[in-house]
Amino acid sequence: MGDDPGSDFSRLARQSGLLADPGAGEVLDLPHGTTCIALRYDEGVLIAGDRRATSGNLISYRTMQKVFPSDRHSAVAIAGAAGPAVEMVRLFQLQLEHYEKVEGKELSLDGKAAQLSQMLRQNLPAARAGMVVVPIFAGYDRRTSVGRLFQFDISGGRYEELEYGATGSGSLHASTVLKLRYRNAMDRDTAVDLAIEALYVAADEDSASGLPDFVRNLFPIVATVTDQGYQQLDDDEVRERSQRLVDELTSRNTTT
Amino acid sequence: MSTPFYVAPEQVMKDRADYARKGIARGRSIIASTYEDGIIIVAENPSNTLHKLSEIYDRIGFAGVGRYNEFDQLRIQGIRHADLKGFNYSRHDVDALSLANQYAQILGQTFTNEMKPMEVEILVAAIGETADEADQDQLFHILYDGTVFDQNRFAVLGGDAEAITARLEEGFEPRLTLGAALQKAQAALAGPDRTLVAGDLEVAVLDRNHGRRTFRRIVGDELADLAA
Repeated sequence: MGDDPGSDFSRLARQSGLLADPGAGEVLDLPHGTTCIALRYDEGVLIAGDRRATSGNLISYRTMQKVFPSDRHSAVAIAGAAGPAVEMVRLFQLQLEHYEKVEGKELSLDGKAAQLSQMLRQNLPAARAGMVVVPIFAGYDRRTSVGRLFQFDISGGRYEELEYGATGSGSLHASTVLKLRYRNAMDRDTAVDLAIEALYVAADEDSASGLPDFVRNLFPIVATVTDQGYQQLDDDEVRERSQRLVDELTSRNTTT
Repeated sequence: MSTPFYVAPEQVMKDRADYARKGIARGRSIIASTYEDGIIIVAENPSNTLHKLSEIYDRIGFAGVGRYNEFDQLRIQGIRHADLKGFNYSRHDVDALSLANQYAQILGQTFTNEMKPMEVEILVAAIGETADEADQDQLFHILYDGTVFDQNRFAVLGGDAEAITARLEEGFEPRLTLGAALQKAQAALAGPDRTLVAGDLEVAVLDRNHGRRTFRRIVGDELADLAA
């Protein structure tokens, strides 16, 4: 087969000169995306992320999208250098779609996760120059009818989580909330509220992560992946649930 | 030193065309036509796994008749062309015309320069974005020698095209419902002396109401319900 890229879009794009090989160099100061989480619940898996990108101590972007559908039954959320991360998602989406079209069938969920590992491994030289990308991958495995999620490290290491995962600068605090509140087979509403609270607490402690912004009407992106596929929650629903959380936190601090 | 026989170029081209046409005539035919929500493509194909119809891009579909390995190679090249273009520019910049031209180049080059022409006819179908743009639905029918026909309403590919076209033209309406369009194509493919059942057909649509990726296969119970 030699140079035939088969159903591998990354290889095809590289052969066509559309993907530059990342070279190592001096460390760059780039906008960074911050906190993303994913957790399993009874119908599948939920994935969510805040909206803030920061450069050093300044906010560079307030409306960033860090949670994306990677195909009909999977999603990817990214933390790290914003530019390369979004580009990696674009390539990943196309990689899955390209495979599906050429081969006539979808990759398995493990196959999709392995693809993302490979992309991270290829990004390693760039990661050394400060362009670190650390995604979470979540999907509905239609072979076994369960939601699954994977965490990664910058070298492409892939770790399947059975309960929840978090990435980005606020992940430590988000994980603590998830760790304390997580229950097996939660229903959707409980899972959504937990995700919003975890992101809230992370943003409360980590200046690089964004709180729900009622002034600009900007809220975390929350999406579910079930046998019905990827579905992003309405902004209205996330707003309402964020408001309820804020009200509750406020009432805790009100002395009577 | 032996002198090669002189063969007139006209004769060479005619022989090649005859060869290609013969190969194509051995296979079964395909009909593509507009229907109320986009374009429906119906192939006579008893195999569930060796597809003649395929998705190329969000609003572009592909169909091929003739030698399977040859049109499948063209199908993959089309997907590569479209995905690379969409990645390099934007998804909106991928269009059927440029793809049809690319195919015409490949088929034309092969026809004139290679020993053996490709024994295929292919179809590039594309739909407009909204119902208002239904008049932008496109059907490019490309022959083994690179000739391109831009057809509106419907296209018939394969050896028996003339007879099928005559049957399809009779009482043809461009915006039938999905079921009616399928049954019309089914009857035209079968002809008066045969009947085709759902299991003999491979059916796909480019459906304006199917989100970003409009290509959708119609299989199983849905096909059985819609077919005559």
